[in-house]
Amino acid sequence: MKILTANRLSDGEVVWFANGQWVESISQAEIAEDKAAEAALEAAGARGLADNLVVDVDLIDVEIVDGATHPLRLRERIRAAGPTNRNDLGKQARTQHAA
Amino acid sequence: MYRYDEFDHEFVQARVAQFADQVERRLSGELTEDQFKPLRLMNGVYLQLHAYMLRIAIPYGTLHPRQLRMLAHIARTYDKGYGHFTTRQNIQFNWPALSDVPAILADLAQVEMHCIQTSGNCIRNVTADHFAGAAADEVADPRPYAEILRQWSSVHPEFSYLPRKFKIAVTGAERDRAAIKTHDIGLHLKRNEAGELGFAVYVGGGLGRTPMVGKKIRDFLPQEHLLSYVTAILRVYNLHGRRDNKFKARIKILVHETGTEELASWIEAEWQALKDSELKLPEGDVAAIKAYFAPPELPARPEGDDAVRLARLDSRAFSEWLGQNVTTHRNPDYAAVTISLKGIGEAPGDVTDVQMEAVADLAERYAFEEVRVTHEQNLVLPHVARADLKTVYDELVGIGLATANAGFISDIIACPGLDYCALANARSIPVAQQISTRFSSLERQREIGELKLKISGCINACGHHHVGHIGILGVEKKGAELYQITLGGSADENTSVGDIIGRGFGPDEIVDAIETLVETYLAIRSDRSERFLDVYRRVGPAPFKEALYGAEARAA
Ligand code: HEM
Ligand code: SF4
Repeated sequence: MKILTANRLSDGEVVWFANGQWVESISQAEIAEDKAAEAALEAAGARGLADNLVVDVDLIDVEIVDGATHPLRLRERIRAAGPTNRNDLGKQARTQHAA
Repeated sequence: MYRYDEFDHEFVQARVAQFADQVERRLSGELTEDQFKPLRLMNGVYLQLHAYMLRIAIPYGTLHPRQLRMLAHIARTYDKGYGHFTTRQNIQFNWPALSDVPAILADLAQVEMHCIQTSGNCIRNVTADHFAGAAADEVADPRPYAEILRQWSSVHPEFSYLPRKFKIAVTGAERDRAAIKTHDIGLHLKRNEAGELGFAVYVGGGLGRTPMVGKKIRDFLPQEHLLSYVTAILRVYNLHGRRDNKFKARIKILVHETGTEELASWIEAEWQALKDSELKLPEGDVAAIKAYFAPPELPARPEGDDAVRLARLDSRAFSEWLGQNVTTHRNPDYAAVTISLKGIGEAPGDVTDVQMEAVADLAERYAFEEVRVTHEQNLVLPHVARADLKTVYDELVGIGLATANAGFISDIIACPGLDYCALANARSIPVAQQISTRFSSLERQREIGELKLKISGCINACGHHHVGHIGILGVEKKGAELYQITLGGSADENTSVGDIIGRGFGPDEIVDAIETLVETYLAIRSDRSERFLDVYRRVGPAPFKEALYGAEARAA
């Protein structure tokens, strides 16, 4: 299972691809379950790059844990949440705020 | 302190305008990422995991309070209220929007700061002993020469596309506090028997994946030849340095593959053609630069001895801070104060906007408007009257910056690691925090004595782990973090690269492993004066391996 991630060009914000858009929360990311879907995501990534919306586009491995999208690599889990030493920073800070 | 002249101002302003235009063209899509990336790197803008990162040069680590206040303003206005001081005497902001960078650069230019040459294959920010101009053991202030190198190397047309990055460090004391032998060029300012100033020159030091200790290629280079000789080194490197392989492109590899003597002879030949050229420094120009670094007028404050004695009787905490974070000044009425950015359990080198302003304030009131950034990720007030030490201490306590741990195991150098860095394999900051917390008792730290612990989150070694008495390198193994330990490294006048001690440790094991090493040291040292590093040099790795791996070590 894979999802497509990047950083937004204007401010570097970590984003994922979902239904034709780049979204700020991994929970919305569109999951590719087969090669065809992966290819479609890659094409979307190339478009995002060409349209100057995002940079550093990458297709990453995920699994579903308790219904949530969970990247296999720690690096991607940190990107999705924020620095592990400061839960007041990054996306994790917003979730807390909302809660 | 150096002040920009008209030319400097124009140059930096022009660069800000140029980059603002480049950012605008990037955001509008006129420039592609491939076109833009080298341009942003030339201006200190990286992309990390969560956001862009801006690296601001602090030449030779010297800051005016006005500049520190501007950094606080930037932290608050464009970032998330803090900055990170690094081993290269830079400051990094971790969250700026690309669209805000032109405004940040314009703010910086107002206080004579910029991000030029903080990235890329050029001559980087020249670093210096953080006690320069204050240290009792110094022959002369090395910063004027760092400034000369800075001016000469800024957008130097011949040296802007070197095979790889190039780092120069200077010190003016026998005791090396600038880690000069871990740099591409290390310069040790000294006097010859005739009393003239000159440099011992080291080349080919470096960390990264192939750590090397710099080799001395000249014992005494008269100071007027600084630029001609450094130019000769860079010409030889530019011509012969390997461009075919990024991992072999640093000058350390050229020195290693060519041999020190042979390379020194190439440099010598190049230099013979240059030494009497216009690169020879005119006395008047050197004097003019030196005038900027004239030490502040330090009024006599003989009441300091009594004040310090009384304050010590009154406060044990002050007394301990005095013992650890206060360094002898060349003027007996004064002292240099190390402000630890290593509060117990905190991220090494991180400082908030409020703390920056408070330190700027202290520097204005008690330290002749000077602040230094150390390569060990601390700040220094270089000139404080001993009579004012207690007041300064009390104010530092108030802002949480009075931890009396300079040089101790919790005074850790740590790179940003996987919490921020796109190249990282493992986290550094949380490991530093856990070790600091485990050894939180300052009494225990004092018992252990000097112990330099340094952590990098990947083999690039930004956290200097190779030259830590204890070094920790984070790697990724089967998708998990693993920490390798090296022992016996050192970055002073007896620089050495640490030895890998054995298999690595998981994130849950590494702190225990460090504690085991420390307990082993305490058990075998002859007395308190024998530091961890001394013991390691005396007994070698065996007892430490035994303690960490036991039977496993004996079988191997
Ligand atoms: C975006 C973050 C960073 C990136 C991408 C980065 C990249 C690198 C790379 C690729 C090297 C290896 C160079 C080589 O061996 O040729 C290196 C070395 C180094 N970096 Fe960084 N670095 C980053 C942050 C830092 C920080 C925060 C510091 C200071 C704490 C730092 C200081 C150094 C030092 C001291 C070295 C080793 C000395 C040497 O160049 O031999 N870097 N860095
Ligand atoms: S050592 Fe590696 S992880 Fe640490 S800052 Fe440098 S490149 Fe990043």
